[in-house]
Amino acid sequence: MDALPANATRFLADADALAALIPDGAQIAMPPDYSLPAMAVVRALVRRRARGLRLLGVPVLGLCADLLIGAGCVAEVETSAVSLGEAGLAPRFSEAAEKGEIVVRDATCPMIHSGLQATEKGVPFMPLRGVLGSDLVGLRPDWKVIDNPVRNRGQSRISEKSDSDPDFEDPIILAPAISPDVALFHARWADRAGNVWLGRRRELATIAHAAKAAYVSFEHLRDGDMLEDELLAPGVLGSVYVSALAPAPRGAWPLGVADEYGIDDEQLMTYAKAAKTREGFRRYLEQWVLTPEKSCSPA
Amino acid sequence: MGPYAREELLACVIARLIGEAAHVAVGAASPIPATACALLAARGNRLRVSLLHKRKGNPFSEGSRELFDLAGQGRIDVFFLGGAQIDGEANVNLVRAEGHRFPGSFGSAFMYFAARRTILFREEHSRRVLVPKVEFVSAPGSSPPGVWRRGGPQALLTGKALFAWQPGRNRFRLETVHPGSSAQDVREATGFDYDCAPAVPQTESPSDEDIALLRGPVAREVAANYPAFGRRIWGTGSGHSKS
Repeated sequence: MDALPANATRFLADADALAALIPDGAQIAMPPDYSLPAMAVVRALVRRRARGLRLLGVPVLGLCADLLIGAGCVAEVETSAVSLGEAGLAPRFSEAAEKGEIVVRDATCPMIHSGLQATEKGVPFMPLRGVLGSDLVGLRPDWKVIDNPVRNRGQSRISEKSDSDPDFEDPIILAPAISPDVALFHARWADRAGNVWLGRRRELATIAHAAKAAYVSFEHLRDGDMLEDELLAPGVLGSVYVSALAPAPRGAWPLGVADEYGIDDEQLMTYAKAAKTREGFRRYLEQWVLTPEKSCSPA
Repeated sequence: MGPYAREELLACVIARLIGEAAHVAVGAASPIPATACALLAARGNRLRVSLLHKRKGNPFSEGSRELFDLAGQGRIDVFFLGGAQIDGEANVNLVRAEGHRFPGSFGSAFMYFAARRTILFREEHSRRVLVPKVEFVSAPGSSPPGVWRRGGPQALLTGKALFAWQPGRNRFRLETVHPGSSAQDVREATGFDYDCAPAVPQTESPSDEDIALLRGPVAREVAANYPAFGRRIWGTGSGHSKS
C-alpha cells in the first residue's frame, strides 16, 4: 500500500487505473448521461472485463449502463430508468432485461435520492410522499410503509378531517439508506489538494457522501486549493470524500461537460443504431472502446 | 392558415392545457411539452419553466433531486407523463408491456402525486398503448382517501385526440378530436371506455401567430435542447450545440 495517510486522495495515472480499483461485483452509483458520467472509466471497465457489477442509477442511467450491460459486465441494475434520451431506448439494457440476463430492481427517482440522503445523514431511512399505489412498492420489500407518526402537524396533515379523526391513518413510504461501494463520475477540475469541482452538479456530492469510496476522473488539474476560492467553493466536493482521482481529457465523451464540450449527438445516434443488435454492439466496442487511443476521440 | 406539423398542433394544445400556471416542469425527453412551454414564453406569458434536460442554463443546481424537492414542496403546478401503456383509470405504465422492457418509471410514482396537475401525453394513439388495464402501475391515476396526494391527472393528449380527466367519475371524457381523425376513429383506436358527448368538436388548429412563433424563437430554443427533434420538425441547424 501507499505510504499515504488513510484519508488522503490518491492520484492515479488514467481512467484504466481507476477502473482497476473497482472490484468485480461492486455496487457502483452513477449519474445520468446529462450529469458528468465517467465514460472513460466505463470504457476502461469494459476493457478490464469487469464482471458482476451492480449499477445504481442516480436516479436514472443511460449510455454508461447500456455499454456495461452489453459488454457483460453487469449482474444487476437498480434504477428509475435506463434510456438514451433523444437517441431512444437503451437497446442492450432492454434485451438483457427481457431475456432475464440481468436483475433489474426498479425504483422511482426520489426514492433513490432519498436513500442516498439517508446515508449522507447517517440515519436508517428517509420518508417520502407519494409512491403508494405504485406496483413498485410490491416489487421492493426493502421499501417499508408506516403510519406517519408525527401526523396532524403542519405540512404532514392530509386534510382538516385527518386532524380531528384519531383513526385516520396517514401511510408514508420509507426509502432505506443506500450505501454504494463506489461513486463514479467525471469532473471538470481537480486540484492538488484532492478536491474536485462539480459546479451545479451538486447532486453528485450526495452520491460521494453516501458511497464507501468515490472515484473521479477529471478534465484539468488546477494548482492550489479550490476550497480557498469563495466563488469555486460552493461547487466543490471536498477531498475528504474523494478516494482516488485520475485525469481523463474528454472523459465524458460522447456526453458533455458544460463549457468544455457539448454532447456528441452524432456519436450517440451511431451507438443507438449499432447497439440494436449484438453484432452491431460488438463492432461498436471494437471500434470505439477496446482500442484505448480511440476511446476518447475528439469530436 | 397554411399547413402545420402535427407536433405543432400538439404543442398548441398543451399550451392551452397549461393555461394559468406559475411553474411548469418538463422531465425526461419531452420535446413537445418543452415546445408548448417555449411557445407560452414566446407569447409573453410570465410562466416559470424548469426544463430538466436543458443543456445550457439548466434551472437546477442540484440536478433532478431539486425537481423532486420542488414538487414535494408544492412548487410545481404542471408536470407531464407519458407511458408505454395508459389505462382508463389514468394509471401509467413505464416499465413493461407485451414482453417488452421499457426504460422505467422515472419520477412518475412521486410526481403524479406531488405536482398539482399532470398532463398525460403520448403521441401514439392505439389499443396497444391505451389499454383497459395497464400491465404494471408505475404511478396510479388516483389514490384512496387517506393517502396523501396533492394533485393528479388533468388531461390525456394523444396524436388523435384530447381527453379531459373527470376526478369524481375516475374516467376520461373525449373533449376534442384532432383534424384528420374522427370520434369513431378514436373509439376504435382506444382500448379503454370513456365518456363522450354525441357531437365531439374538432381540436382548434394553431393560429397564424402561434405558427410564426413556433417557427421562429420557439424552434431556436427547443432545438438547442432537442437537436434531433428540431431538425425533424423545423430543419434547424446541424445540431452540434456547444454547451
